[in-house]
Amino acid sequence: MTPNSETSRGENLASCHDCGFVVALEGGAHHAATHCPRCHAVVHRRKPDSLNRTWALVITAAMLYVPANIFPVMRVISMGKAQEDTILSGAIYLLVHGMWPLALIVFFASVVVPLLKLIALTFLLISIQKGSSWRPVERTKLYHVVEAVGRWSMTDIYVVTILVALVSLGNLATIEAGLGAVYFAGVVVMTMLAAESFDPRLIWDRVRESNG
Amino acid sequence: MLDLNFKALGSAELSIPAGWLTLCHACDLPSRVGNVPVGGTARCPRCGSVLYKRVGDSLDRTLAFALAGLFLFIAANAFPFLALKMQGNVTHTTLSTGVRSLYEQGSPIVASLVLLTTILAPLLQISSLIFVLGPLRLGLRIPGQARVFRVLRSVQAWSMMEVFIMGVLVSLVKLLDMAQIVPGLALWSFVLLIPVLAAASSSLDAEWVWRRIGLEE
Ligand SMILES: [Zn+2]
Ligand SMILES: [Zn+2]
Repeated sequence: MTPNSETSRGENLASCHDCGFVVALEGGAHHAATHCPRCHAVVHRRKPDSLNRTWALVITAAMLYVPANIFPVMRVISMGKAQEDTILSGAIYLLVHGMWPLALIVFFASVVVPLLKLIALTFLLISIQKGSSWRPVERTKLYHVVEAVGRWSMTDIYVVTILVALVSLGNLATIEAGLGAVYFAGVVVMTMLAAESFDPRLIWDRVRESNG
Repeated sequence: MLDLNFKALGSAELSIPAGWLTLCHACDLPSRVGNVPVGGTARCPRCGSVLYKRVGDSLDRTLAFALAGLFLFIAANAFPFLALKMQGNVTHTTLSTGVRSLYEQGSPIVASLVLLTTILAPLLQISSLIFVLGPLRLGLRIPGQARVFRVLRSVQAWSMMEVFIMGVLVSLVKLLDMAQIVPGLALWSFVLLIPVLAAASSSLDAEWVWRRIGLEE
């Protein structure tokens, strides 16, 4: 079933972010707002202040990404000796022990995914600010991917949690969460909020403008 | 009395009339959604994003999965999910042990994030589905349904059970040399909970529900 596209541009229509109800907004302002009659959420034509918010969250996440990778996420104290694991050394440990499929998953989830997410969002933000009308369909798909894969970065945080919980008797070995885990948790939260505050419809606003 | 209501809710007159107007959430193109067959998907003609998915027996199926999910969630939290045997010592762990140990070690931020994504968000997700769909199934409308259904949308992104299981898998491999790991009852509940929750959210027809519980008359 392909839906028929409307002939009118629907310039004063806006859909409710929470329930999808289509509301007619008065005035042409970009940020004109009203309450949704169906769910009472505030309806905006575009997410308010989307570009600035997303930039702020992306920059914060990028700054947290550095210490998240430098500081150990986990400290194993066993018989008086302490061994520290960073995110990367955790993946290498799996690789050395012949668990390369798992090593690849951990490497992708913790190192590649947050980095790609930051690069992709930066690219989308810049392309919108430059008023680009280049490949809007692909850029929208890129946004959907960014939105969907981000959660997998939590894997390492869960590994630390489970190890801390299991090896907590204290007489033989202790496992502690390191400072890296705190920064890494920050990266995950900031990138998720950044994806949420980004409004993909901005990609299409420029396309519409450039088509006249 | 109730039986009549069951039938009324399942009847065709209460399905979404063809030709309803929607705006693409990704590119804002207005479209009219026609008669989508059961199992079919309407996509935005301009950017390809999903506009609407029609699921057969959406209400019954989603409610059944949500109830099964609640049962599994309780089991997943009530029983130990892993036991560790190390030189004669056995440590049992429940899901909340990890959160508590992290908190006690002085990592309240990480502890809160784990608590949110593995306990609070999934619980909210399951219970809000039951709160909204349960009364609907009985032909009732109760105050607060719309508000709760709105919460569901924002909570879903933070419910990360499937990622947690990946974390369990990696931890097990890391501990293989060190100790013997015995999977507990909760772990199997967790493993089952993931497809059940995924099925609950994919069989949910949010547009249909909004048309039932919406505040406008
Ligand atoms: Zn609404
Ligand atoms: Zn679209």
